[in-house]
Amino acid sequence: MKRQLTASLTSVAMLATLAPMAVSAQAPEDTGAPVQVVNLTVVQEGQGWNALLDLITQDFATTHEGSTYTVEYSPQEQHSQKVQLTAAQGALPLLYTAPELDVIAQLEASGYVLDLEPELERLGVLDRIEPGALSATKTAFGGKLLALPMQLNIEGFWYNKQLFEQHGVQPPTTWGELIAAGETFQAQGIQPLAASGIQGWPITRLISGYIFRSLGPDAMQQVDAGTASLTDPGYVAAAQAVADLGAKGFFGQGVSDLDYDPAMDLFLQGQAAMFYMGSWAVANFNDPERNLIGAENVGFFPFPNVEGGLGDSTQTPMNIGATTLWNKALYDDAAAQWLKAVAQSYGNVALAEQGQVTGFVVDAPPAELPALTQLVTAQIAATTTSVTWFEQLFTARELSAAFQNVVPLVTGQMSAEDYMRSVVDAGS
Amino acid sequence: MAAFLRDRRAVVLLLGPALLVYTAVLLIPIIWSLGYTLFEGSILGGFRYVGLQNFETLAGDRRFWDALRFSVGYAVASTIGQVGAGLLLALAYVFWLGRSSTLVRTVVFAPIVLPTVAVATLFAKLFAIAPQYGLVNAGLDAVGLDGLIQPWLGQASTAFWVIVLMDVWRAMGFYAVILFAGLVEIPADVLDAARIDGARRFTLFRRVLLPFLRPVLFTALIFALVGTLKVFDSVVALTRGGPGSATTPLTLYMYDTAFNFLDYGYGSTIAMALAVLCLVVTLALFRFARADVDR
Repeated sequence: MKRQLTASLTSVAMLATLAPMAVSAQAPEDTGAPVQVVNLTVVQEGQGWNALLDLITQDFATTHEGSTYTVEYSPQEQHSQKVQLTAAQGALPLLYTAPELDVIAQLEASGYVLDLEPELERLGVLDRIEPGALSATKTAFGGKLLALPMQLNIEGFWYNKQLFEQHGVQPPTTWGELIAAGETFQAQGIQPLAASGIQGWPITRLISGYIFRSLGPDAMQQVDAGTASLTDPGYVAAAQAVADLGAKGFFGQGVSDLDYDPAMDLFLQGQAAMFYMGSWAVANFNDPERNLIGAENVGFFPFPNVEGGLGDSTQTPMNIGATTLWNKALYDDAAAQWLKAVAQSYGNVALAEQGQVTGFVVDAPPAELPALTQLVTAQIAATTTSVTWFEQLFTARELSAAFQNVVPLVTGQMSAEDYMRSVVDAGS
Repeated sequence: MAAFLRDRRAVVLLLGPALLVYTAVLLIPIIWSLGYTLFEGSILGGFRYVGLQNFETLAGDRRFWDALRFSVGYAVASTIGQVGAGLLLALAYVFWLGRSSTLVRTVVFAPIVLPTVAVATLFAKLFAIAPQYGLVNAGLDAVGLDGLIQPWLGQASTAFWVIVLMDVWRAMGFYAVILFAGLVEIPADVLDAARIDGARRFTLFRRVLLPFLRPVLFTALIFALVGTLKVFDSVVALTRGGPGSATTPLTLYMYDTAFNFLDYGYGSTIAMALAVLCLVVTLALFRFARADVDR
């Protein structure tokens, strides 16, 4: 109706504006023109990548006078909605945090997503991205490089070394050992695992971890391809295994009330023995004000093997964190020069400023790196096969069902089969 | 006055502006929304006419029926609680507290002027279990009732009652004031006559107070029922519809569908179902009230 007409007019108008912008195969000449970068992002101003991109822009502005980097903050829970509304109004800025895959597909069809690989190639900076990170990023977007790997994270269990030593527990290598370790801690009145039920995803990642170990590293791709279903017995068994952890009380009584930060604090204040999380949390582990058990007491073990499973613990869950897309409709030669500057310096700046491991080449490493950052770097280097995470290929509705229903799953209010069915139903 | 109101120009002048605003902000969006129920798609991908498919989906949507069940259950429980507690308070103001009721009335009324988010935060802290026990669990712990310590907001069975309790606490002062106004209007000589005739407490309440209060009571019931059927902010602030979707009312389901998943077509269909539900409940109450007055 009217909206269809508006959408068509917007598309026509967009094509008209895009035509003179069509990029040539040759590297654009650097005219020193300024760029005004606006990022619609879920990260607050001055935090995370905003601090780093701001630093890079300040440096860029010395040769491209008048260049600025502005943050338009958008809370995570409303972000997808905001991206779609601003896109429909033709007001999407140059950068924006990626929404769910189904929304990205629509944005791409409407001309709001830039494929970065040919661009980086044209600018001569594709080699600034590590090959492993390049492939991990492309896997996340169905084979295209739609975002820069501004983070490179591994996931696994972080544990309290002191508590493990005190109670004679070794880092578990199998699921059975993980349960035995949990039972030992529970018998001593120590909560085995800290996890946020409010967020949901820290628990759904245990389900995908189990799936990758029991059914193999391509198990979630099979679901996406339609050759397997989450309601198949092997997948339901994974949900059941995590539900069993909840039934044993491993997550504590208050899992439903815990948010991300309080869950992390349980671990960092020595009240929980283990914490499943991504390596982005290393920044918090390295913060002595927050980490009361001390960074030297934090150890890491990969997701344990499942007895008789097809996967193994060398296959590391790896991800590039929340990602940032580039709006093709606003991408011009000045933005291309800025992209080039970001690709050239992001890896060095991120490691030096925040101890953040990224998917970019680092050729000027800081003299001293915190031990936990070194541990993450070594683990990434040793990874030959990476796996993704439970909801990576989910639509917005499936994602919501997976997160929302995981508390009922681990508190015995929903069966494993009903849980998996709820995710499948949400997508149908 | 009658002559003035018979003048068409005067009627148009008096009603016109209000009618115009009403049409612009209420009727047009409703008709617009009704139109959306026949479409599917999104603002990015465009819309496609699907006829009555959204209504067919609605009929077989388990989440819709769960949300409807919650909405109706919550509305009934909260209405009984709000109006019931309001009535008891009003009786207390008139018959026990007398002149000193002003302070109590003010204190009990106060929660209604507080923002819902503030009240919800208060209740979330009261019933918390982690990272620290809230007042309720801490109290149970202190008196040795460890077995009763539980995640009040993390279980479908208890979360429902916590939301009801919160809304009763928040709104009972409002209904108490409405019913108090009804009670003080009852002529003192009627009450004295009833007392002389030997009417005591319950008889006095049933035979004298209740018949006089009936119109005000119906007004309160309609307010409470329609208000609670449309509950949204209390639930969003306290449980966000969880655990799972156990405390998701129709309004929240509609909001998520239309504004989080940007499925305006199906979201509008759920909104229509909610509008019809409110209409049916209001008409039924009016009919009931009229039958009562006629009798």
